[in-house]
Parts: sequence; structure tokens; C-alpha cells
Amino acid sequence: MSRKIVIPFGPQHPVLPEPIHLDLVLEDETVVEAVPSIGYVHRGLETLITKREYPEYVYIAERTCGICSFIHGMTYCQGIEQIMGVEVPDRAHYLRTIWSEYSRLHSHLLWLGLFADGMGFENLFMNCWRQRETVLDVLEETTGGRVIQGSCKVGGVRKDIPAATLERMLSDLDPFEIKLKELADIFLHDDSVIHRTKGVGILPPDEAYALGAVGPTGRGSGVAIDMRMTGYAAYGKLNFTPVVENDGDCYSRCAVRVKELFTSIDLIRQAIRQIPEGETEVKVKGNPDGEYFSRSEQPRGELVHYVKGNGTKHIVRSRIRTPTLTNIPPLVKMMQGCELADVPVIVLSIDPCIGCMER
Amino acid sequence: MSYMKKSPWIMHYDASSCNGCDIEVLACLTPLYDVERFGIINTGNPKHTDIFVVTGGINEQNRAVVKNIYDQIPEPKVVVAVGICATSGGVFRECYNIMGGIDKIIPVDVYVPGCAARPESIIDGIVTALGVLEKKRQLMKEPAGKTDVTGGEKK
Ligand code: SF4
Repeated sequence: MSRKIVIPFGPQHPVLPEPIHLDLVLEDETVVEAVPSIGYVHRGLETLITKREYPEYVYIAERTCGICSFIHGMTYCQGIEQIMGVEVPDRAHYLRTIWSEYSRLHSHLLWLGLFADGMGFENLFMNCWRQRETVLDVLEETTGGRVIQGSCKVGGVRKDIPAATLERMLSDLDPFEIKLKELADIFLHDDSVIHRTKGVGILPPDEAYALGAVGPTGRGSGVAIDMRMTGYAAYGKLNFTPVVENDGDCYSRCAVRVKELFTSIDLIRQAIRQIPEGETEVKVKGNPDGEYFSRSEQPRGELVHYVKGNGTKHIVRSRIRTPTLTNIPPLVKMMQGCELADVPVIVLSIDPCIGCMER
Repeated sequence: MSYMKKSPWIMHYDASSCNGCDIEVLACLTPLYDVERFGIINTGNPKHTDIFVVTGGINEQNRAVVKNIYDQIPEPKVVVAVGICATSGGVFRECYNIMGGIDKIIPVDVYVPGCAARPESIIDGIVTALGVLEKKRQLMKEPAGKTDVTGGEKK
């Protein structure tokens, strides 16, 4: 048996846009153990809830993560609305769904690009990000912000989308979908992608379930959990089935995300066709008194916002559990026995969002 | 600054940002904004870096990392703080684990405003940094002891 050596990976590393540190215990070229250490991005923003009034905290909640910011804000708002028994108008529910799905598109395209970059496929990286700009343009036009939207509020949404814009968004989806099909074809059938991802970083279904994998990481291992099936916002009125793959390797996780792009487009189409006329917000009076676990599906998996109020303007406790945190134990499992050269691909395959994870 | 002798390479480090500014820094490198056509490349190696781009504020765990990376970058070097988090701590400045902007531990030459900073303003910040870089390079040619080369210029 050869000698074991420890190689540090991160916090600053060329393939990682964000800091996470892993101590890789190697035997020759094989990783026998990976020990993660976190905390480089920890800010402690949950405590800000005691210093801000509850309607203002939406902005802080959005800044938990710049990639899925809209969904963070929405999940927090849902929590407060549930405590206070606020009936959000239907149109607001649909708008929230549309923006959530656009966020998912932009997040998945971002990830596909980074993943391609992690494999050294620079050209594909650039192409994914080119398509992503189309999504950001829509978000900017309808909400006013590219990555931090700020369009969700307790009791509804801050902005309405005019019917003409909705029409145009609908017709713009067709050429966009064709472009995405071209990208999907490369991710699913290109030899270089398959070489780097097939059979790499396998997470068996039972392990995935036992270790609590969520989102595409779980669904890539056959765990069909998708919070959108619970029917929050307008998802209950739309038709879709979660994408599930069964191999549990990097290729499966990538395939789940690629296929989810088309699910998202389909959901946006349905939502725009069905969206009812009406108000986009209701006036919220009083202060929240009680507690609630609000759950939603982020691009990376299940997100939980716990809020507890005591009848004053200031919430007493907020707790955010983000999908990346739950996906770290499965990641450690995936890396056991892999080659050193595959580490970047495996780390990226869970779509780590460290800013979110450490809050 | 009519032309540069060398293509400036940047290095990006995420101190404790929310990712909003990070992805906008990356967006600058990709087809819509594409600063790579001017030879600006995002490198992962501090030894190759001319411009150090930092997003997010400083916390207990990453202060040593930021300082360490800064020390590894050869002179002349320019630091760009992107987003209000990196400038002052921003929305998180009252959090228990945020010590403030990155100028608490390393000298900053250019501050880019915004939350999230827009790619246009980030590019503007980098262009300003190029001017500072050139000035520092000139100063380095002067006889030793005449001027303090490490002192930055606030914009
Ligand atoms: S300035 Fe705003 S967008 Fe940028 S990292 Fe800070 S909170 Fe996020």
C-alpha cells in the first residue's frame, strides 16, 4: 500500500468561482477521502432579521444568493404570508412562477457553462453564457434587475408584466428553445463531455436518499423529490413531471439540468397562457405572530426558510437551509475513490452555491 | 493611457459576496461584454495577476486568504473592489461576521458601486484600474525612495 498524502483544494482555485476548501487524502492518484471545511463566505445574515422590519428583510433574503435571489425572496414572503393568513392574488402567484422559472433557466445555463469550463470545454462555456443573457434581458426588462430582482414583496409582487410584454416573451421562447436544443445536444451526445462525465462520481440511489441529496443531485440518482410538486405559487395549476435520471453519475446530474431547461420553458409557456387578470398585491396590515417552515424548489434543490414572529415588526428568528448544504455529504461520498483529475468535475456536478450555503 | 505594453490579467476572488457580483464579473468575460477581446483574461494564478478583483466583504475566515493572495501578486498590482459589499460591507455591514469592506486589510485602488454591480460599471472600473496600473509601472521605474509605489489612488 502506498503512502497517503493530503492535497488542499481551494479556497481559491481556478475552477471554483467561489471559496470552499477540501482536504483531499490521496493514495497515488486516487482520492480516498475528502474533508470539506467551510465558512469562507459566512456573513451571518440571519441575525439581520432582528434589526430590520419584516417587509424589508425581503431584500436581505434575496441577497442570500445572487443566483437564485428571486426564489429566496419569494420563499421568505410565502412564510410571512402563511403566518399572517394573507391571500395573495392569483396573478401574483403566476408572476412569481414565471420569474422563478426564468431564474431557474438562468441558473441552469450558468451552471452548464461553469461545468463545461470545469471540463476544459471553453467554447461550450461561452455559448451557454451567451444564451443566458437572453434570460437576463427578460428579467431586467420585467423586474428592473439582472441578478438581484427585488420584485417580490409580502402580499404579492411589486411589478406587473403588461399583456403585450407577456405576448412577446411567449413568442421569444421559440427561437430560444431552438438554441437550447443545440446546446443540449452537445451536453448529451458529445464524446468529450461523455468521456469526462459518464461513470464519474457515482452516487447510488439508496445513498442519495440516506444522505439527503436534494434537487438535481438527488434526481440524478433516481430520488424523485421536487418541491414544485407541492403546488406552491401557481405550480399546482400547471402540468409537469420532475426529470429523473437513474445512473447517479456526473452525466446524469448534467442530463437532469439540461432536461429541466425544457421543463422550465414549458412551465413558462403554460403560465403565460393561463395567467388571470387582476390585482398583483394585497395590502398587508399587522405583524406576524407565529412560526412557519416555507419550502420551495431552487435550481439546486429544496430550500427551507423558517420564520418566527412574536407580533412585533421585527421577526425573532429566521433560519435558512439551502440545498448546497444538504448536498455536501453526498459530495463527500461521490469523491471517495475518484481520480484527482476528476475532482473539479465532481465538485461542480452538485452545482455548489457557497454564498447560499454559508449565508 | 493610449496603449498598454502587456495585456492585463485579472484574478477574481469571492471574499464573502452573495454571488450576485461574482456572476456579473464572469458575465464581463463572456460573449455579450467580452473583455477577453482586449486581452483581459481571468487567471486563477496570483503570480500572473495584474488586477485583483474582489467581491464581498471581509470576515474572520477569509481575511488571511485575501491577504495571502494579495501578497503573492507581483508589483505593480491594482485592487478593484466590486460591489458595495467589497466597498463597505454593504447590506451585510451589521452582520456579526462582517468586518467591513476589503480596504480594512488590503489597499484598494478602485471602488465599483452597485448591488449587484452591473457589468458596464465593472468594465469601467477595470479600465480605470488600467490607468492606475500604468501609473504604478511608471513610478516603479523612478529611482528608489523617491515615491511610494504602494500608495493607491482613490476614485
Ligand atoms: S454588493 Fe450586493 S450583489 Fe454584490 S455581493 Fe454584495 S450583496 Fe451581493
